Amino acid sequence: MIREPAAITGIGIVSPIGNDREAHWIAQQKGVHGIAAVERFDASSYASTLAGEVRDLDPAPALGGRLMSSTDWMTQMSLVAAAEAVADSGIAERHEPGRCGVFTASTAGGYEFGQRELQNLWSRGPKYVSAYQSYAWFYAVNTGQISIRHGFKGHSGVVVADAAGALDALASSAAHLHHGNAAMVSGAVDGTLCPWGWVAHVAGGGTTSASDPETAYLPFDPRASGAVVGEGGAHLVLERAADATGRAYALLVGHASGFVRSSQDPTTVLRRVVEAALADADVRPDRIDLVLADGAGTVAADADEAAVLRSVFGPRRVPVTVPKAAVGRLQAGGAALDVAVAALALRDGLTPPTVHSQVDPAHGIDLVTEPRAGSLNSVLVVARGRGGFVSAVVLTSPHHHPEGA
Amino acid sequence: MSARQQRRVVVTGVGVVAPGGVGREPFWTQLQEGRTATRRLSNCPPEGFRSQVAAEVDLPADVVATRPDGAVLDRATVFAMVAAREAWDDAAPASHYAAERLGVCLGSAVGATTSLERVYRDMSHEGELWNVVADAPPELYDYFVPSSIAAEVAELVGADGPVSVISTGCTSGIDAVGQAADLIRSGVLDAVVSGATEAPISEITVACFDSIRATSTDNETPERASRPFDATRGGFVLGEGAAVFVLEELTHALDRGATVYAEVVGYGSRCNAHHMTGLRADGAELAEAVTAALDQAQVTAPEIDYVNAHGSGTKQNDLHETAALLRSLGERAREVPISSIKSMVGHSLGAIGSIEIAACLLVLRDGVVPPTANLTTPDPDLPLDYVPNTSRAVAARTVLTTGSGFGGFQSAMVLRTLEVAR
Repeated sequence: MIREPAAITGIGIVSPIGNDREAHWIAQQKGVHGIAAVERFDASSYASTLAGEVRDLDPAPALGGRLMSSTDWMTQMSLVAAAEAVADSGIAERHEPGRCGVFTASTAGGYEFGQRELQNLWSRGPKYVSAYQSYAWFYAVNTGQISIRHGFKGHSGVVVADAAGALDALASSAAHLHHGNAAMVSGAVDGTLCPWGWVAHVAGGGTTSASDPETAYLPFDPRASGAVVGEGGAHLVLERAADATGRAYALLVGHASGFVRSSQDPTTVLRRVVEAALADADVRPDRIDLVLADGAGTVAADADEAAVLRSVFGPRRVPVTVPKAAVGRLQAGGAALDVAVAALALRDGLTPPTVHSQVDPAHGIDLVTEPRAGSLNSVLVVARGRGGFVSAVVLTSPHHHPEGA
Repeated sequence: MSARQQRRVVVTGVGVVAPGGVGREPFWTQLQEGRTATRRLSNCPPEGFRSQVAAEVDLPADVVATRPDGAVLDRATVFAMVAAREAWDDAAPASHYAAERLGVCLGSAVGATTSLERVYRDMSHEGELWNVVADAPPELYDYFVPSSIAAEVAELVGADGPVSVISTGCTSGIDAVGQAADLIRSGVLDAVVSGATEAPISEITVACFDSIRATSTDNETPERASRPFDATRGGFVLGEGAAVFVLEELTHALDRGATVYAEVVGYGSRCNAHHMTGLRADGAELAEAVTAALDQAQVTAPEIDYVNAHGSGTKQNDLHETAALLRSLGERAREVPISSIKSMVGHSLGAIGSIEIAACLLVLRDGVVPPTANLTTPDPDLPLDYVPNTSRAVAARTVLTTGSGFGGFQSAMVLRTLEVAR
């Protein structure tokens, strides 16, 4: 629930196709993709061998040696994205840092750091475990490090709800603006591209065994064979809409989340969550110009999501895109990146394409596969996590005046 | 919205899994008696570790640790399930709540680390392989992403509303309940199964606290190893456990005739933005969190009848917390009874905040304040009343609990005996 609209006033991105906001956005519009054979480690013996890796990012000059040695790669990416978002928003100059908070989502913490320390422990002994292990792996690390880096002392938090968590973190951030924080850094950056993370992804199912990067992750395509795992994500700065006139990319106006128990039809809960997010936003379904779908990339999950979109939006074939087809699924970072992309799409009136997919016509959706220009007023973002987690948010253009509400 | 119209949140069910006592009442008896449950580490072989003491849970043999599909549940999930079942049975909401009006919000700092380590050892051939073997058990993913803990509890109680894990290190157990209360107040949900769980005691976690010398090395006298506010304190004792509550919107709880433990009236949290593990001695941010909780509760410092302290057993915390209480409660800090149950049940990281909330609810129910055990050598730098060794009758109506953790998180919650204007 979003009690008062929250303005997105800063965006920072680190992704497999761009290491800052505009680089990512330009690549996204051009249909560039960042999926390739895993280079970080030798994945040839595993069932999945493709990933969306962040490349050519060197956080060391910005972070310094001490932070580099005490943090996992995903925290380094997170600090880079958070710094970009904070600088973009100007909140450091605008607000007392004591009244700024940080509320991020996490899924697996600093996992590669954890694997290295597990290896040190079991191959060499307890004395070889890093003094940083106690806080480099745990799920709160990004929020804690962002808070320290920027001196933000306001009410902060960390949520874990698989891939849907980033949307919940945004909603909690909006609530903390309502409760007195002046600004929030939210979103998520994830990264688990190490063998110990990789086998967990594969064990969870839903990852593709395809080897051709162009046809590996095909949301809503009848050839869909599963998803590609990626790394990265986005941080977003939120401020109260009333404090951000003229500065907002977009307004966060609605949120809902729910849980699909194993005995349930997932479409029942997904439909309820989408409708609840729209109702919370006070935006009628016919006013939604674009859906950034979850696009799990499996035939069954995509069919469920398409069925829900058909039932909510009716026969008009709502425009749908899955920008993450270009980068892979970044766990919670993926939903945060979707919100960042939605905000940029609202800013520029440009819908980025779903690369590679040829939509199954039976889905009854207008899957956007080429860049499309045209002003956007209201966008729905859907995120589904493994294990039943479902969330949705609604963003509107800051220039949009709701009609008939 | 005026205060009169605001939705209020009450606790109607309590379940506890703690070292020394599985179940709410055994836990409470132990606390009142001032018995410590710290002992020689046995969840993993203690040899080779600097700290060889722990506060461990002895689960009854009949506890089921697998899912119907055969998946092996992590120990933290098992604790959460046992505590959730006790809380659910205690509250007995039956089918009062539609599934979509019921949510789950559980805290945990390190999730399923213990299971991850167990599987890692196997798949890496005891740390030999960087490229671990490909053949993983299917439940590895559930260990990998700890929101699985909340998912299991959602299955247990039949919740379709928002389900999540809050993971803010050692304040998770307060923050999860704070978040849950906000979900009810804001109208998103009418009831939430909330609380926290942690089962961190395995080699990797013992080793990581060894490496920063945070844990006690009183290996010869484990029952006296956790000594918060004592001049001889030597670090915290790693613990495990869970506490889970049923939180309900007040009018729903009253309509169905529920027994109310207390009302969740105030919650505040801040970051110290200082250091991932360090605390500044002035306690300024914890004091701000306490003040925020008091403000939300519309309670003044003189009304606080008991403080359940974070009291982890490190010198740094003792000074930080004492300063924070003096800052936020003023003169009341010098009079109010303050105790740390970590002296008895250890420090179960993300779970302890909820276990301490459970203790607060029982303080309000029975009018007894548990002691700080092992407090025999007062520290001249600590001028407050830490209720040494013996429980005390206190007709408490309003209590405060505090927490402080890695990442810089500082949280506080105010609970109050229910008063309903009629």
